[in-house]
Amino acid sequence: MVAKELSIAGLSVVLFERGGWISYDDHTDDELISQPISPLGTSCGPDDKRYRRVIVYPDGGSRIVLPSEADYNNIAACVGSGTVSYAALAWRYMQEDFKMKSTYGHVPGSTIEDWPISYEDLEQCYEKAEWEIGVAGDDSKNPFAPPRKKPQPMPPFSHNKGARLLNDAALRLGFHPFSSPVLRNSVPYGGRPACIRMRNCNGYPCPVNAKSGTHNTVIPVALASGNCELRTHCVVSEIIVNEQGRITGVSYFDEDNRKKIQPANIVILSASAIETARLLLNSKSKFFPKGLGNENSWVGKNLQGHAYPKAYGIFENDVYDDFGPGSSVTICDFNHHNPGIVGGGYLTNSFFIRPYSFADIRPPGTKLWGKEHKEFQRLNYKKVIKVHGPYQEIPRFDQQVEVDPEVKDLWGIPVARLSPSKIETDSKGCNFIAGKAELWLKEAGAYFIWKSSGTGKGVGAMSHQAGTCRMGNDPKTSVTDKYGRVHSIPNLFVADASLHVTNGGFNPALTIMALGYRVGGFIASEWNRGNRFK
Amino acid sequence: MKFEMTGKDKLNRRGFVHLAVLGTGSICLLPGCMKSTYKWRFFTDSEAQLMDALADQIIPPDEWPGGRESGVTNFIDKQLVGPYVRFQSKYRKGFAAIQETCETRYHKKFEDLTWDEQTIFLESIEAGNMKESAWAGGFDKEFFSMVRDHSMQAYYGSPRHGGNKNNMSYKMLKLDYPLIIGQNRYKT
Repeated sequence: MVAKELSIAGLSVVLFERGGWISYDDHTDDELISQPISPLGTSCGPDDKRYRRVIVYPDGGSRIVLPSEADYNNIAACVGSGTVSYAALAWRYMQEDFKMKSTYGHVPGSTIEDWPISYEDLEQCYEKAEWEIGVAGDDSKNPFAPPRKKPQPMPPFSHNKGARLLNDAALRLGFHPFSSPVLRNSVPYGGRPACIRMRNCNGYPCPVNAKSGTHNTVIPVALASGNCELRTHCVVSEIIVNEQGRITGVSYFDEDNRKKIQPANIVILSASAIETARLLLNSKSKFFPKGLGNENSWVGKNLQGHAYPKAYGIFENDVYDDFGPGSSVTICDFNHHNPGIVGGGYLTNSFFIRPYSFADIRPPGTKLWGKEHKEFQRLNYKKVIKVHGPYQEIPRFDQQVEVDPEVKDLWGIPVARLSPSKIETDSKGCNFIAGKAELWLKEAGAYFIWKSSGTGKGVGAMSHQAGTCRMGNDPKTSVTDKYGRVHSIPNLFVADASLHVTNGGFNPALTIMALGYRVGGFIASEWNRGNRFK
Repeated sequence: MKFEMTGKDKLNRRGFVHLAVLGTGSICLLPGCMKSTYKWRFFTDSEAQLMDALADQIIPPDEWPGGRESGVTNFIDKQLVGPYVRFQSKYRKGFAAIQETCETRYHKKFEDLTWDEQTIFLESIEAGNMKESAWAGGFDKEFFSMVRDHSMQAYYGSPRHGGNKNNMSYKMLKLDYPLIIGQNRYKT
């Protein structure tokens, strides 16, 4: 978003990407090499050969983890990054999501806070993301949706068999079901075709280019402007600070692992919450001995993802009709104003569960191997619906990204070290939401249901990682201002989910895009007014 | 534009190479040829026999093939010299621990125990109840959980990795394969 906004405004942009262009054909229909499920490797990077992280466990123990392990909390490393492989849910955060502290008050043990901007401040950028990237959806059936000026550009997707059962059940329960908004073409849009409803979607590049991401929308526009150069397979290692304490560019390793320097007037970081924080922390100098923007030790703090409370229901008849990608019916009845709970989250039917993942899905106490296990798989694979949703985690200061003092990646750059912290509020809320999922499945006709709060004890930031460079008005308790500019440094910006103060009860993609437009638009308009960010 | 071109280009090239390999590779599929040239990549023959027995316990044969027939052992052996190279020592240690314990308790190899003896033995490993020093430090639970997980990957994952022979688990689950018309791009 930022590269596109700047390059069409006439600024000269170099866009660094650690991976390359990627296509569906590299991994096709492979459950074992995808993005969220990656025992044999990630489909879109990063790879196990060159990348490492260190994970700290709640008991204080730690170990080195590979990108193919869940504990790594990977985000795709390719042109378009997570937007190539994501599930493509296109949520606007609700008005309350920007005002969590005003709405719920302080939560002990947390760093809950209001954003320095409101939903209204971001509304236009949401709209721009919906129309430029392309969203299918219809908010009119969702009474909890925040106000909007323009509808989403494409009609919503129709439901498959499981979603139809849930839709009718939700209506009977007095809930307000609707078709989830997605960054996926329900009709031809943006010069690309409509979705072919494959069972694989979440975790894979789209074989027909119907899933919309930055790689097939804004990046091509930026490149076509003639003002943007994309350097793939280049890993940025440090932001360069000169003798006057001013940022003058970045150093990076090119595709042949040679160290190079790219001078710049302005540096914008969009490497996702973990890597953006790591880059700032790794950019130490005599002016910034704790890393850039880290005078008050807020860089890397407040790492958030989403817990996923869930319930599974077994039905008498097949509910699986192979009309992909699976998830489509949502209720936002429990995102906010739940009794005794801070925040909440939406509930939806899950994307199709592939056979290997299904082998781990059994009612509690059931044997996970042997004859019974195989029979359950055979009898119930097409009879189970999973209802779940992203629960808004309450931010904690010490759930964090640091740089590890010893472990380095292939290029000798200190790796990210992730530490967990959980508070009681989250599990209470998750149990509440899981209970609603159970209720919903029961009404839909499931004869056997089991649920899980979905709260792990470790770092579960995954692809929804956020919060590590919080935006705020007070430099003492935040890293950037409300335009993503690092407080102490006029020509350094952040434009990704690192900025999120809180992370909503929603997938963050559309909010990240909207913030990208906001930061990019701000820099472009200031530059063209003569501001050189000195 | 570049995105699409790259994909198509690769597909055509790979498709061609794939066909070429099929053409020449079939010459080697004579029974005698297979027997004399085939070697496990990591496993010893006796380890492979044990793994076959474990695979059938984890996913038993019934009206559908079990873990052994679907190629679980081949999958794990293949991954152990690939992405799972980090698990090599655990397999070696775990296999040795199983045979050692069976030898002490039953004076037999694991694969020579009765079906029910095998099941009870594995349940005990899974539960972390092994008293012998070879299993100390929670290795029993850890080892079983690893073998079980890898066996499920082999049986229910894509056949391109050496398991799920002839898409047998997809057939068992009544999942159409290939995905849909126009998506037949399976690589073996």
